[in-house]
Amino acid sequence: MIKTIALFALSMFMLVACGEAGDAQLEKNESGETEAVESAASETAGNDGLGVGPVKSVTIGALDAAMAKEGEDLFTKNCTACHKIEAKFVGPALAGVTERRKPEWIMNMIINPEQMVKEDPVAMELLAEFLAPMANQNITEDQARKIVEYFRQVDSK
Amino acid sequence: MKTKLFLILALALSIVLTGCDSDGGKGSKAGMVGSNAAEKVYVAPGEHDEFYAFLSGGFSGQVSVYGLPSGRLFKVIPVFAQDGEKGYGYNEETKPMLETSHGFVPWDDSHHPELSQTEGIPDGRFLFINGNNTPRIAKIDLRTFETTEIIEIPNSAGNHSSPFTTENSEYLVAGTRFSIPITETDVSVKEYAEKFQGMLTFVSVSPDEVGDMEIDFQILMPGFDYDLAHSGKGPSHGWTFFTTYNTEKASTMKEVNASQNDKDFIAAVNWKKAQEYVKAGKFHTMPSNYLNNEYSDHTHMATSKKMTSTRVLIPSECPGLVYYLPTPKSPHGVDVDPSGEYIVGNGKLSADLTVHSYSKMIKAIEAKAYEKEIDGIPVLKYDQVVAGVVEKPGLGPLHTEFDDKGYAYTTFFISSEVVKWKLGTWEIVDRIPSYYSVGHLMIPGGDSRKPWGKYLVSLNKITKDRYLPTGPELAHSAQLYDISGDKMELLLDFPTIGEPHYAQAIAADIIKDKSLKFYKLDDNKHPHAVKNEKDTRVERKGNEVHVYLTSIRSHFAPDWVEGVKLGDVVYFHLTNLEQDWDVPHGFAVKGANNAELLVMPGQTETLKWIPKAVGVFPMYCTDFCSALHQEMQGYVRVHPANANVKLSWGLNEVEKQEK
Repeated sequence: MIKTIALFALSMFMLVACGEAGDAQLEKNESGETEAVESAASETAGNDGLGVGPVKSVTIGALDAAMAKEGEDLFTKNCTACHKIEAKFVGPALAGVTERRKPEWIMNMIINPEQMVKEDPVAMELLAEFLAPMANQNITEDQARKIVEYFRQVDSK
Repeated sequence: MKTKLFLILALALSIVLTGCDSDGGKGSKAGMVGSNAAEKVYVAPGEHDEFYAFLSGGFSGQVSVYGLPSGRLFKVIPVFAQDGEKGYGYNEETKPMLETSHGFVPWDDSHHPELSQTEGIPDGRFLFINGNNTPRIAKIDLRTFETTEIIEIPNSAGNHSSPFTTENSEYLVAGTRFSIPITETDVSVKEYAEKFQGMLTFVSVSPDEVGDMEIDFQILMPGFDYDLAHSGKGPSHGWTFFTTYNTEKASTMKEVNASQNDKDFIAAVNWKKAQEYVKAGKFHTMPSNYLNNEYSDHTHMATSKKMTSTRVLIPSECPGLVYYLPTPKSPHGVDVDPSGEYIVGNGKLSADLTVHSYSKMIKAIEAKAYEKEIDGIPVLKYDQVVAGVVEKPGLGPLHTEFDDKGYAYTTFFISSEVVKWKLGTWEIVDRIPSYYSVGHLMIPGGDSRKPWGKYLVSLNKITKDRYLPTGPELAHSAQLYDISGDKMELLLDFPTIGEPHYAQAIAADIIKDKSLKFYKLDDNKHPHAVKNEKDTRVERKGNEVHVYLTSIRSHFAPDWVEGVKLGDVVYFHLTNLEQDWDVPHGFAVKGANNAELLVMPGQTETLKWIPKAVGVFPMYCTDFCSALHQEMQGYVRVHPANANVKLSWGLNEVEKQEK
């Protein structure tokens, strides 16, 4: 019996040691550039349609034509290889996107696609449908806001 | 129930105990592997290594990048040899990198990687390496891990004592191992002693982020074999030391005839003095044809510059420029300790190891303690410069590196071991076998002012039974030792690519955060770049057809081209539109006589293709890029030479035609 306890204690020690290594791994992933392996879908299911990413709140005012023009240029350069406005292509058609999604969601999808397709329920469904993952084109938050303005202009016509 | 639990626990324990006993009774073959060796080299999945190690590819012409302590291979960087995997030397952009005054030379024998330094400490900006056969020095940018410059060394042959940096990478050096007639002309080999000479070349490196290499000056020396070099540091900064052998000036059966003299020399070159002589105009302008090839990260292209002359100093005209330090016997490596005071001459045929003193050398020069002169170069008296001798350390000493605790480590090829000895007292404190026949050794920073004295890697010449056999040809072996304690401890054995003559290593933290993730499309200045699909097109210029295409996950635009005719030369200019890390796209077309393209995000590369038959030829992406990678394909139609057709191309609903 004493032997059993001793062995059990030793095994527990090993398990503890392993547990610590596991924790360290997780911490590194959270602070490093590779995304965490574990997805936290349950936490983000209720993101109120804002998506997952740095954009939490966007103020939308009257349509800014100059901003929309810049957005159109960015869209042509970075997005048109895969997206068309009126037709499904590599990715979904974008006409009406500002009616289907909140501006925060669109911006998070543009600047944080890797996490979105893993954690946001809508983006996860889109990946399952289209299979080609949304490319991260390293667009800044400011640029993404301009692209949203372009989409608003398209949808207002 | 209790019995079952006991059995499970006992089994678990026995597995643990067996796991710890890694020597496991195998004994001799594992050598002196300690029980915790596996723990010391284990880098858990997803974790990073502590050091980057850059190993010479030897006769592969390349450089391989490993992690230490794991011994994991990360990348093979193409340098002097074409590499089909990356399209290097095959695509139009990098072909000029391999141009020389002898034409296109798609191979070399690379020997000594050398990290750039600031104040004598590796700074992680560049890695340099010499090409021995067709004398060259290459520069690798450690932001991109790509070769960005190659400079040819004229008036030289066998560029072996190279590149060996000075303390702030003011200079790289290039000493000739095979003396030749200078200027180069056809004289009888039998006239070696009278007509052959050696050249020591000093290549400057600009201190900016480009690190532009230029030949500043050359020094014309007696016709010995200049074997290896190291530059001074600290007090000896301003000097570079070159070993010599064949001071007998033998021209045949050197195996015997170049080993007659009891002492050869270490040539001490005062390069600060050389700068003064150059400034004072004491040089000869020698017509010299050589190429300087530079790759730009902005145009993504290499260009070759033709150079026509060098500035040559002659020691007999420049007092104080060069001195010879007598050193037994055919010294191979010459290694300067971290303090800059001791200069170790590894006399490869000598029973002892000779260590010279920099401060004694300066005193001997001031006292003019000369034994004789050779072609105007004073030979200092041996007993006036020697600091000490490590007696009977082993057989065949080749190279020495240093730790941060005042110890030196020397390799012995014949007795196949690494020997640790103490600087100043010259006593031997430890020795450990290598498997087998070690050449160079490497301690991270071990040739600098600040070694990271934790690991030592032996770079071995003979492999035999170390790994599973692979027929007559075997990978060369390297061994990793822990040198943090009093006794050296063998940790790991790992295979290498080509011949790992020498290596350098640096703390990973210095480099890893600067590593470029992708090229910005906005900064792409390639003349044939297309930055969005709207601009993709096909153009004819006589019998040249230029296809300007793009790639993104997962299609090419255009993905079909018609109107190419037999006799046309087709250039595919492919721009990768991706702007994210680790999304290269490949490109291959059936029948191409070169290789694939492997285009990094934001980059443009060009494949030349000359179709040999009428037909339809598939093209496709060769680097798995997404779930729809297999769909990333297209076709080029080749018509008969006399067909009356226009070029047309398209993607999906878009269709365009030549005007």
